[in-house]
Amino acid sequence: MIALWIVLAVVLYAAHSFLLSRLYEKADLPVSSAWIPLYNLWTFFRLAGLSGWWAVVAVIPIVNIVAYVAAIVAAYVIGVRLDRNPYWTVLFGVCPLAWLIMAGLGRSEWRAEVPENGEARDLRIRLAVREVVSGNAMISVLAVVLAIVVGGALIAATDESVQQAAGYFFSRPLDTVQAIWDSVAGAYTALFQGSVYNFRRDSFADGIKPLTDTLMFATPLIVAGLGVGLTFRVGMFNIGGRGQMLIAAAAAGWVSFTFDLPMYIHLPLAVLAGVVGGAVWAGIVGVLKARTGAHEVIVTIMLNYVAFYLIQWMLRTPGLLQAPGSNNPKTPPMSDTAIFPAMFGAKYSLHWGFVLTIAATALVWWLLSRSSLGFQFRAVGENPSAARVAGINVKMMYVYAMLISGGLVGLAGVSQVLGTVKTGFSDGIDAGIGFDAITVALLGRSKPWGIFGAGILFGAFKAGGFSMQAAEGIPIDIVLVVQSMIVLFIAAPPLIRAIFRLPNPARTLALAQSLSAAQAATVAQTKQEVA
Amino acid sequence: MSTETVLRPGWKVPIILGVFSLASLLLFLLSGRQGISVFRLSSSGEAVQLPALELPVMASGIVISVLLIGLAGFSAYRVTRAQRTPLYVIVIFGVLFMVGLLVWAFVDATLPVTGLLTGTVALSAPIIYGALGGVISERVGVVNIAIEGQLLAGAFTSAVVASVTRNPFLGLGAAMIAGMLVSFVLAAFSIKYLVDQVIVGVVLNVLVLGLTSFFFSQVLSEDKQLLNSPPRFDKLPIPFLSDIPVIGPVLFNQTVIIYIMYVAVALVYYGLFHTKWGLRVRAVGEHPTAADTVGIAVNRTRFWNVSLAGAVAGLGGAFFTLGSVGSFQKEMTAGLGFIALAAVIFGRWDPIRATLAALLFGFATNLQNVLGIIGSPIPSEFMLMLPYIVTIIAVAGLVGQVRGPAAAGKPYVKA
Repeated sequence: MIALWIVLAVVLYAAHSFLLSRLYEKADLPVSSAWIPLYNLWTFFRLAGLSGWWAVVAVIPIVNIVAYVAAIVAAYVIGVRLDRNPYWTVLFGVCPLAWLIMAGLGRSEWRAEVPENGEARDLRIRLAVREVVSGNAMISVLAVVLAIVVGGALIAATDESVQQAAGYFFSRPLDTVQAIWDSVAGAYTALFQGSVYNFRRDSFADGIKPLTDTLMFATPLIVAGLGVGLTFRVGMFNIGGRGQMLIAAAAAGWVSFTFDLPMYIHLPLAVLAGVVGGAVWAGIVGVLKARTGAHEVIVTIMLNYVAFYLIQWMLRTPGLLQAPGSNNPKTPPMSDTAIFPAMFGAKYSLHWGFVLTIAATALVWWLLSRSSLGFQFRAVGENPSAARVAGINVKMMYVYAMLISGGLVGLAGVSQVLGTVKTGFSDGIDAGIGFDAITVALLGRSKPWGIFGAGILFGAFKAGGFSMQAAEGIPIDIVLVVQSMIVLFIAAPPLIRAIFRLPNPARTLALAQSLSAAQAATVAQTKQEVA
Repeated sequence: MSTETVLRPGWKVPIILGVFSLASLLLFLLSGRQGISVFRLSSSGEAVQLPALELPVMASGIVISVLLIGLAGFSAYRVTRAQRTPLYVIVIFGVLFMVGLLVWAFVDATLPVTGLLTGTVALSAPIIYGALGGVISERVGVVNIAIEGQLLAGAFTSAVVASVTRNPFLGLGAAMIAGMLVSFVLAAFSIKYLVDQVIVGVVLNVLVLGLTSFFFSQVLSEDKQLLNSPPRFDKLPIPFLSDIPVIGPVLFNQTVIIYIMYVAVALVYYGLFHTKWGLRVRAVGEHPTAADTVGIAVNRTRFWNVSLAGAVAGLGGAFFTLGSVGSFQKEMTAGLGFIALAAVIFGRWDPIRATLAALLFGFATNLQNVLGIIGSPIPSEFMLMLPYIVTIIAVAGLVGQVRGPAAAGKPYVKA
C-alpha cells in the first residue's frame, strides 16, 4: 500500500517538474532548474518577480497557506506574461497541475518584453498583487472570514468551560486557549458537518446527506430572494414575502389535498396555483402603487397581516383549509400526486423543487439581462423620470415587477408546502423566509446568480445551524449574527480594506496609470536607442 | 400627474367616505341584529363612576350611519368649494365607524371601553416611540429601517440592566444607549462608508435579532433570576387628572414610560417645526447641499440626529420589558418596528400624524384581546384585519402619493 503512495507521489512530482521545465524553457531558463526540489519552486516565484523565499514558506506546514496565496499571485503574473486571460488563475487555485498543462504545453509564448527599466517591472508586479487583493472576490472572502471570526468570539465568550478556564487564566493560560479552541472548533465542525459533509458517517451516501439538506433549505430562500431582488432592481422594496408565501402556500396546499388527479396534471396545477396566489397578492401592491402612488413598503407590511389573519381564519374553518375531523388549525397532509418527488430517493430531503429553482434563476437572469422587459425594469430602477421620458410605461413596470416578484416568492411558499413540510401546515409555514429573502437578495447584490449563491450559503447556515444546536448546544441564532455580519461587511468594502490593511482600488488605478506612463517612457527610450 | 391631485382636491375622499357610510348603513339594516350593547365607561375601582352606556343596536346604528353620511357630505361640499377635507373630519369618521362596528359586534355583551382604550395607549407606546425615531432619522435624511432592531436592543438591554441593578430607571437609560449604539452602526455605515441605508437597516434588524436571541438562550436563560427579571414600572396615577372619567384612566393612569412618551411627541413636534434644531434637521434632509452652503455640517448633523432617533426608539423597546411583559423574550418586538415604519410613512413624516397612525395600530392589536372575550358575529380574524385594510385604503385613497424628505436615503458627499 505504502509503495503505491510513493509511486503516485513520484509520478505527480515528475509530471509537475516536466511541465515546469517546459514553462521555464519558454522563459529561457535552464531546464534543470525545474527538476531540483525546492529550487524549482524558488524559480517559479522568481519568474513572477516575487521573492524566492516564498518557496521556503511553501514547505512549512500550516504557514504554507499564505504561500498558497502568493503562488496564486505568481500564477496570475506568469499568466499575464504568457498573454493568457487572467481567469486562468482560478484554475491554478483549484488544480495547479491543470494550470501547468496550460502554461507548459500551451502554444502561448513567453512575451518578449520590451526592455523595461526596473521601475516599470516593479510597478507591474505591485499592480498585479494589488488587483488580486483588492478585488471584489477577495472582499467577499474576507467578509466571510471576519464574520466567522466574530461569531467564533461570541461562541467562545459565552461558553461555560471557557469562562471557567478564564477564571484561572494567569496561572494556566494555555487551558483558556485550549477551551476556546475546543468550543469554536467544535461549533464550526458541527456547522460544517451539518451542512456539507459528515465525516463521522461510514459511507459517502450517508456523509453527503447534509449537503442535500443544505440545498433543500436553500430552495425557498433562493426563489424568494429572486423575488425580492427583482423588486430592488426596479427600485422597489417588497417586505411582503410573508403574506405572499402564506397565500401561495394556501393556494398550492388546497389544490394539492383537495383534488385527486394524475401527477402530471396535479403537481403543475398545484405549483401554478401557488405562483398565481403569490403573484396576485403582490400584484395588489403593484396596482395600488401604479394607480394611487401608495407606498409599497406600507402596503406590503399591511398585506402581511391581512394574509396572516386570512390564513388563520381559513385554517380554523372546516371546508376551507382545516383538516376534516380535526380541531387543530392545521391542514390535511398533501396528496402524493402533488408533492415534489425526492430527487435522490426518500433518504434525502432534497426534492425536485430545487431544479425548479435553478430554472427560475436562469429565467430571472434571462429576464433581467436579456429581455426588453428586464431592460425597462432596470431603467425604471435607475431613474424613473428618465425612463418615463424615454417612453417607458413606468407604472406598468411597477405592476409587472410586483406580479413577477410575488410569483417567485409564491414559489417559495409552494416549495415549503409541497417540498419541505408535506404533512400539512399551519400559519407559521412561511418560517420567516420572506424576511430572510431580503438578506439573501442583498448578499447576492440583486443579481440572479449572486442570489443563487447567497441562498445556498444561507441554506448551509440553516442546515448546519440546526446540527450545531443539537451537537454543541449553541443556539442557532448565532447563524443570524454571522449572516448579517457577512452582508454588512460585504456592503462596506472600505471597512474590510481598513481592517485588513488592503490597498485602495483608487490608488491601484493611479498605479496602473503610472505604469503605463513608465512603459511609454521606456518604449520612447528604446526607439531613440534604435534610431 | 401628481401635481393635479395636490392642487385641487379630487373626489376620492368623499367617495371613499360615502362608500364606508353606506356599508355601515347596510350592515345595520340588513343584518337585522337586535338588542342592546353595553359600553362600560368606568371600572369598579375608580372615584367617579359613570353609568354604563346601553345602546340599542338598531337605533344607534342608524344614528351613527346618518352621522357618517353627514361627514361624507361635508367632505363632498368641501370639494365643490375646491377645499381639502381636513384631517380631523377623517379621524372623526374613522372613530365613528369603529364605534358603529363595535356596537354591532357587542350585541347583548359588555364592552369595557376604558380597558380597550387604556390598552390601546399602552400597546401603541413602542410603535409611537419607534415612529418618532423614524421621523427624526428620515427627516435628517437617513432612512431608518432599523427601528425593529433599535426596539429589540432597547428591550434586551433594559431588561438586563434593570434586573442587575434592580432599578428600572437605569434600565430606561440603558435602553436609550442600546438604541443609540444600533444607530451608531447605521450612521457609520451609511454616512462614512456610504452603504445603501436600506441594506444597513435590514441587516441591523437581523443582527440585533441574532445577538439578542443568542444571548437570551446562551446567557440569560442560565440565570433568569439575576439577569432577566427586571422590576416593572408601577402605574403612576396623576392626581386629579386621573379622576376624570374615561380620559383619566386611559391617559393619566399609566406608567412613567407613557408619560415620557407624551412629552417626547410634543417635544419632537415642537422641536422639528419651531426651533433652530428642527430647521437644520429638515434642511439637511431636504437639501443637504443648500444646508452645507449656509454652514451646517451635514454629516455631523446626520450622525447625531440618527443617534438621537435610536435613543428614542430604544425607549420604546424598554416598554416591552419594563412596561408590559416584565422579562425579555426572544423576538419579543414581533415586527412592531415595521409597523412603526408604516406609521412614519402613513403619517407623512410628521410626528403628530405618525402618532395617530401608531394609535390606530395599537388599537388593532388591543382589539384582539377584547374580541377574544365575546363570540363575535363575524370571525374575529376579519375584525383584526380591518385596521390593516383601512390603512391600505387610507394610504391608497386618502394619503395618495406621499413624498418623504427629498434627500432621505442619499448619502451626502461633499463636492
